[in-house]
Amino acid sequence: MITKRIIPCLDVKNGRVVKGVNFKNVNDVSSPVELAKYYSANGADELVFYDISASVEERSLFTDILCETAKSVFIPLTVGGGINTVADFDRVLKCGADKVSVNSGAIKNPNLVYEAAKLYGNQCVVISADVKRVDGVFRVFAKGGRENTGMEAIFWIKRCVDNGAGEVVLNSIDTDGVKKGFDLEMLDAVCNAVSVPVIASGGAGCIDDFKELFLKLPKVDAGLAASIFHFKEVEINKLKEELRACGISVRL
Amino acid sequence: MLVIIDYGVGNLFSLKSSFAAINVEAIVSSNKDVILNADRIILPGVGAFEDASRKLRESGLDVVLKECAKKGTPIMGICLGMQMLFDRSYENGCFEGLGLIKGEVRPIKDVIPKDFKIPQIGWNALDFKNESPIFKYIKGGDYVYFVHSFYATNCDESLIATTNYGAPLTAAVQSKNVYGCQFHPEKSGDVGLRILKAFCEV
Repeated sequence: MITKRIIPCLDVKNGRVVKGVNFKNVNDVSSPVELAKYYSANGADELVFYDISASVEERSLFTDILCETAKSVFIPLTVGGGINTVADFDRVLKCGADKVSVNSGAIKNPNLVYEAAKLYGNQCVVISADVKRVDGVFRVFAKGGRENTGMEAIFWIKRCVDNGAGEVVLNSIDTDGVKKGFDLEMLDAVCNAVSVPVIASGGAGCIDDFKELFLKLPKVDAGLAASIFHFKEVEINKLKEELRACGISVRL
Repeated sequence: MLVIIDYGVGNLFSLKSSFAAINVEAIVSSNKDVILNADRIILPGVGAFEDASRKLRESGLDVVLKECAKKGTPIMGICLGMQMLFDRSYENGCFEGLGLIKGEVRPIKDVIPKDFKIPQIGWNALDFKNESPIFKYIKGGDYVYFVHSFYATNCDESLIATTNYGAPLTAAVQSKNVYGCQFHPEKSGDVGLRILKAFCEV
């Protein structure tokens, strides 16, 4: 049986993992390569590297690190951040990324998803959407959640999937950082609208939040989180053991 | 020397790195002589069957691969590379494959339950159907990483493993010296590396 995936997300800036990490058994706590190896060895099913570089120099440092990671980590690697053109897809795929997630880039250029899917296959294109309720309506936000695009989120996500996105990462701005659980209502709406895998992001604070996610919404394929893994508030192997104990299929 | 065939399809970086991780020297090449002299061959592939098989044919590497298969060189096709080993594929039409393994490639939507997602993306378990030297270092039930919307069928005795995605789907095949994995061993952690290691010892 296909398993539910647990995915840590690493924000990388200037060649380092940001958002502070607190690991005792990793020598260099903010080295993306070391952290990726640690997660890979400790139950992560996939990794997301999110590039928050602000300059060209930082961007090339990011791709160097990506190459370095792909040389020693043999689980799927998704790269996001700063993906605006097909050339950006090419840049990160050459460095060992398996999937590329687009967010603002797809909002700016509505053809990006279609063009990339045609060139690299649907399985390679992940649409990542930052979504927030505005007057009771799910709206897509751009620029890291700062700018309301005015677009209705379900319609937008569905259109991206129709254009060839093979997977959806749904990040709820409403629950992100709150640590009170995933946004089940928003996830349910997306799962009912698309037939490709959906990855839940935003709101996980403890193991029970993942249990609730997969038990209440069996259509969700994966759970993504960052700081709770980095700070070891949740250890992935332990999380997966508890999920399995509730009858949820995981890779152990 | 192990040769990873480069015919302009897919990302070969991870594949090359995975052989480095098990201390096997691998080169990426599209040179016919290099491929003909290889000890072992990996046929990778992502994307669409029609496009990939056309590229392989246009480069003349289809003939080279058939010759290598005939003289006994161990060949492993991965993902779309595995699908190309079969007689034909029904992905967006009907297209001829290499015919190195008996069988055909069809959409998974024909056999899986309606509420299952397409593509199958993620880790799923291997159910062994026949013995194979590439399973030397792994056991039934081990998880590997799949990304696919099509599957091989009617493979008869070359079927060596399936995976359960609402229906049993072909996960691995072997016909003499020709092997195929629907999953990505280079993305399947230690289990995947052990499959590649075993392939390097056949």
